[in-house]
Amino acid sequence: MSEENGPVLQLSGLRKSYNVGLPTEVEVLHGIDLTLHRHDFAALIGPSGSGKSTLLNVIGLLDAPTAGELYLLGQPTRLMDDAARTALRGRSVGFVFQFHHLIEAFSALENILMPWMVTHGRPDRAAEDQARALLADVGLEQHAQKKPSQLSGGQQQRVAIARALMTRPALLLADEPTGNLDTRTAATVFELLRRFNREYGCAILVVTHDPRLAESCDRTIQLVDGVIVSGDDSLQSGRMPQPDI
Amino acid sequence: MWIESRIALRFLRQGKTQTALIVVGIAVGVAVIVFITAMVTGLQANLIERTLGTQAHIRVEPLDEVNQVLPVGPGIVQLILEDKRAQRLRSINNWPQVRDTLDTLPGIVAVSPVMTGPAMARRGDAVESVALMGVDPERYQKIIPIEQDMISGQFRPGAGDAVIGRLLAEDLGLRLGGKLRLETGKGASTVVNVVGVFELGVRELDSRYVYVDLKQAQSLLDLPGGVTLIDVGVADIFGADEIANRIGSLTDLKSESWMQSNTQLMNALDSQRLSTNMISTFVAISVAFGIASVLAISVTQRTREIGILRAIGTTREQMLRVFLLQGGVLGMAGSAIGSVAGLGLVAVFNNLGPGLFYIPLPPALIPVAVAAATLTGILAAAVPAWRASRLDPVVAIRYV
Repeated sequence: MSEENGPVLQLSGLRKSYNVGLPTEVEVLHGIDLTLHRHDFAALIGPSGSGKSTLLNVIGLLDAPTAGELYLLGQPTRLMDDAARTALRGRSVGFVFQFHHLIEAFSALENILMPWMVTHGRPDRAAEDQARALLADVGLEQHAQKKPSQLSGGQQQRVAIARALMTRPALLLADEPTGNLDTRTAATVFELLRRFNREYGCAILVVTHDPRLAESCDRTIQLVDGVIVSGDDSLQSGRMPQPDI
Repeated sequence: MWIESRIALRFLRQGKTQTALIVVGIAVGVAVIVFITAMVTGLQANLIERTLGTQAHIRVEPLDEVNQVLPVGPGIVQLILEDKRAQRLRSINNWPQVRDTLDTLPGIVAVSPVMTGPAMARRGDAVESVALMGVDPERYQKIIPIEQDMISGQFRPGAGDAVIGRLLAEDLGLRLGGKLRLETGKGASTVVNVVGVFELGVRELDSRYVYVDLKQAQSLLDLPGGVTLIDVGVADIFGADEIANRIGSLTDLKSESWMQSNTQLMNALDSQRLSTNMISTFVAISVAFGIASVLAISVTQRTREIGILRAIGTTREQMLRVFLLQGGVLGMAGSAIGSVAGLGLVAVFNNLGPGLFYIPLPPALIPVAVAAATLTGILAAAVPAWRASRLDPVVAIRYV
């Protein structure tokens, strides 16, 4: 299994239901097939309630699929236990959330170091240099020691992006990363994602409502009622989407 | 553990007010526990010391005499109505050998044979009933350090010399160098000089004990060469029971420890200890609930942060440890402050209190208190920490 050349992410027939076994059981994702490669920069769009967040959580190994398989860097993940999922997630997936979600008790620099520290412990010189470089990349080198509450919304989101990149993840997931930012700040944040996609080669999947943002991505994956209706590369190869069973 | 402790400390520091309040709460609890434990320990040591200041740890005496009933032949029913036999004054058989054996037993630090019996002390027309105590002064002082309690003269009972208590001296109008006549029921009598007056602080002893030479007591009580009891001192006073039993089984003598002869005191001490332990336990429980509730609130407040930490690779076990550590740190910090406060209370009591007794500080008390409080904190944190570790990151991240 080559992590270098194979797809970063591969979903096959992935389904997700809630309340399994109960009368209220409801299937949110109805058999998703999707492949993301290195350097992919894809937008995931769809009306609310279409299952975007669920799909993102499953892809980010925060949630387990009910059926189907999810290969992250070639590794099947459906049957992994929590410890293995957590380890793989910490190593390979970066998250950027809508509400930046930094840890208030730590400085900007420490927040960026956090994913490294939770797996390796006390940061060494190299880790610290890397975090500083990332902070400089997002243009906040002079704010290293500030607490999140001392930063503006856009600055916080940039710190969050730097944090997501600290572990050099193969896949970066962003859930409405510009959702609560003004247009200009949103553009800056988006530019950053774009640049990191180019420079680090990590695949990026952005959930967004913003059509302009979606247009600037290389691929647009549209999810409607738990089914991908466009943007899956299997569609380009002529296969029809699986109908809802 | 590095990152867990770092996160734990930062969380505690960030919630300054909560942290400060609960630390004060823990400190008050620990101070109370330290103080009452030290006080009761001091009080009990004091009571025991006073009790044992005037009695031996173990008394060894001959067994009571019983009536011998001859066995009857088969088919005969014998009905017996008997009174308990009167116990005459008897010597311990072969007591020098018993004494020498006891001298070599481990755990025993002093052995003193005593010849004791009733007598009358007379001076002029005044008569007092007294307890005659024939002792070997050197050995006896290892049992009861009576030299410390002399108010005049010295503890030197010898041929024709007696040492008496302060109250008896007052009753008979005696001073050092005075003379009194000692008479026993055996018809013997003698005149002795008062060479010392003691005050042990116990009415019964100060008004009744007359110490004389072993030989003199033997001849007055008509038991030449005998002793009626052997006093024993042990190294570990709470091990006295065990040693008493051992002596009882080694010899065919009645051997009674101070615990058996002071059951009331022992009961009082036990119930005191029980109530102290109960207070300590309940204070500790309420402190534990305080810690648990503060951490439970903290988990709720930090739900979102916990979700993020989980998302970026923090394991459940790490999350668990973050909150367990917070409990431990709270317990440790609170108990450190509380111990200092408890020591302060002890110092105030010793210097400004009623001065009835001095509270010594048991050396292990503080380390034990801090260790116990730290452990309590960790245990109290278990439930909130478990909740934190089980939070579903998907739900936690969206928590507002």
